[in-house]
Amino acid sequence: MYKSVLQGIDNIAIWPIISLSIFFIFFVLLLWWVFTVDKKFIKRMENLPFDQADKTIDQQTLTNQSL
Amino acid sequence: MEIRSGFFLKTYFYRIIFKETFTPQPMELEKFSYDNKIVKAFIIATVVFGLVGMLVGLTAAIQLFYPVFNFDLQYTTFGRIRPLHTNAIIFAFVGNAMFAGIYYSMQRLLKTRMFSDMLSWIHFWGWQLIILAAAISLPLGYTTSKEYAELEWPIDIAITIIWVVFGWNMIGTILRRREKHMYVAIWFYIATFVTVAVLHIVNSFAIPVSFMKSYSWYAGVQDALVQWWYGHNAVAFFLTTPFLGLMYYFLPKAANRPVYSYRLSIVHFWSLIFIYIWAGPHHLLYSTLPDWAQSLGTVFSIMLIAPSWGGMLNGLFTLRGAWDRVREDPVLKFMVVAVTAYGMATLEGPLLSLKEVNAIAHFTDWIVAHVHVGGLGWNGFLIFGILYWVVPRMWGTSLYSTKLANVHFWIGTLGIIFYALPMYISGVVQSLMWKEFNAEGFLVYKNFLETTVQILPMHMLRAIGGGLYLTGAIIMTYNLIKTAFAGSFIANEPAEAAPLVKTETSSGGGWHHVLESKPIMFSVLTLIAILIGGIVEMVPAFLIKSNVPTITEVKPYTPLELHGRDIYIREGCVGCHSQLVRPFRSEVERYDPLGGEYSKSGEYVYDHPFLWGSKRTGPDLQRLGGKYNDLWHYNHMRYPDVVSTGSIMPAYPWLYEQKIDLSQTAPKIKALRRIGVPYEEGYEAIANEHLKIQARRISENLELELQGEGVDPELEIVALIAYLQRLGMDIKASKTAENK
Repeated sequence: MYKSVLQGIDNIAIWPIISLSIFFIFFVLLLWWVFTVDKKFIKRMENLPFDQADKTIDQQTLTNQSL
Repeated sequence: MEIRSGFFLKTYFYRIIFKETFTPQPMELEKFSYDNKIVKAFIIATVVFGLVGMLVGLTAAIQLFYPVFNFDLQYTTFGRIRPLHTNAIIFAFVGNAMFAGIYYSMQRLLKTRMFSDMLSWIHFWGWQLIILAAAISLPLGYTTSKEYAELEWPIDIAITIIWVVFGWNMIGTILRRREKHMYVAIWFYIATFVTVAVLHIVNSFAIPVSFMKSYSWYAGVQDALVQWWYGHNAVAFFLTTPFLGLMYYFLPKAANRPVYSYRLSIVHFWSLIFIYIWAGPHHLLYSTLPDWAQSLGTVFSIMLIAPSWGGMLNGLFTLRGAWDRVREDPVLKFMVVAVTAYGMATLEGPLLSLKEVNAIAHFTDWIVAHVHVGGLGWNGFLIFGILYWVVPRMWGTSLYSTKLANVHFWIGTLGIIFYALPMYISGVVQSLMWKEFNAEGFLVYKNFLETTVQILPMHMLRAIGGGLYLTGAIIMTYNLIKTAFAGSFIANEPAEAAPLVKTETSSGGGWHHVLESKPIMFSVLTLIAILIGGIVEMVPAFLIKSNVPTITEVKPYTPLELHGRDIYIREGCVGCHSQLVRPFRSEVERYDPLGGEYSKSGEYVYDHPFLWGSKRTGPDLQRLGGKYNDLWHYNHMRYPDVVSTGSIMPAYPWLYEQKIDLSQTAPKIKALRRIGVPYEEGYEAIANEHLKIQARRISENLELELQGEGVDPELEIVALIAYLQRLGMDIKASKTAENK
């Protein structure tokens, strides 16, 4: 049904494939990044709403370490 | 090996996409101040418009069991104040609160003052003027009739301009920030700006007929698809994403502990904005929208449970180890109920997207309950929590009365319960009554009115719920005013932070890490994420003819019917009457017992805009033509409760005094022809002659039956009768043609 509806557009089949690929690649990369990212970076980010964020973690040290 | 490839990919992404980034210079601290004045202005607007919006809602609720509460005035009739209520709550109350929260948190998260004070104030006053324009134009009957997008084209243009000003100010602030990385709240704000801009522009395409009158660019089923792509995502990106951003900032602040999982918040953000945009068609289940699009809406709605609940749990778990404080702190109480309501509404939404559930719930009070759990619980309570937290801080004092805030919390919570529970009961009861057949195979409640009268006690309870909620908001207003008077307003809050300088070195941490320091790139990716869903759903529906099969007998409206249809739009009839017979035996039997036809896409090809509606307080009207004679309509619109005893439909006495504007016939015909309605070239010159002939026929017919009472053929009621009698006649004509 889905295919028959869409086949009126030239090369329509490529659309959902491209969409799915973008979804898939993006989320794989995202999850991979989320699970491997530096804990200190996460710590710093989650403390951003708090004023003491700068004082508790030395930004320069963090930058150097995560490199 | 894995670590190496990870490192390689991270570096690769960084080098390919981003050549430079910001690094902090920790030594030199810059002094600056946060602009609290703009936040104060938005807070005042939030509270004022919140009270007004709730009061209008309460009025509308009372009218649903006590119709004369409109005082027989056209400006306060239900059809006109319902959109006033929804617009006031969404764009004035929630909108202003969103801006207050964003302006407060964004400055602090980015460690900078807003980009431009002037833009902030243009944004503020521009937005308030738009609200004023809405408050005047909606009661006057200027409406496009598309839900939550009712405002006419000049106001739409103003919204676009002011929205751009807001975005410009926001992106400008992000670009001159002193904090390298954008906290997750900022991502939600960016997604809000980008997506609402796209939604508003696409859905508002219309052809102007005159100042304050336009016709939707799209027709029928396509208009419905665009509208509900907009409508659903207005909920997603106006009522949800900005408030998730606010939750990620204010909940940790109020609980004084970081968010439960920052990692989860990242996944929450991307999955939510990717998936949300696809789910719009779940508003059109069992409609004439192609099945593939309906199924797509259902599938993505179910998928939405994951990110929505991820966000809710992230919010609730933030309070781990601090639940004892929830008992004492009203701010946390409001926030906990808000997040819980978000969780309930976002589980209920996907369940309502299942066809089996939707068949019962759609067009009933169940949907009204659902949106109010979201509106009163999630948006309202989060706003109250934020206000109780932020006002004492901005005035450098403590809350005037914690006790009153607790009273507000309990009255508000009771209000939500008294609102939602009766509406759930009412929805299910009415729906089951609509569908009930007796042993002989006939509808048990053939007269729609029986089902309406049955649920009136529930409508009364709902009004009590709304009244309680409003009372709570009044108590809050008093408490906040007393708090402000007890303190001294800090217009410019001093702050200091190290500046950022551009360097060629990487900060590391991978591609997403870098992405967060690239706001423009981030915005573009967000735009791509939300465009994919819309394009995949809409392009086929627009380009492929087989998706909207045409019916030869369906003809454009006559000039008189067109005027009548515009009166139907002006009076907001669509707020209570659908024009969509779903493919259920119970609906076909009720609305088209002789023809036996449910709705077809081809019937709507000249409907600019579509008028399917989303709620049946009264019966469906798509097959109304020919069901009653002209006199019945004439009497019914003037004395609904006399013609149908117990009816809660308001009377429309002004239709018997006001005349249609014949000078508008030609511009209407011309505008519709430009967007594809096949009126012949030059027809506008003779349209009024045709109009007068048809009007005279109806008025003479009425005069004959009224025995002596004169009926001016140019009266609005005559045009409305012409339109009502036209409804469904094309499909009946096609049936007759088939039989021949």
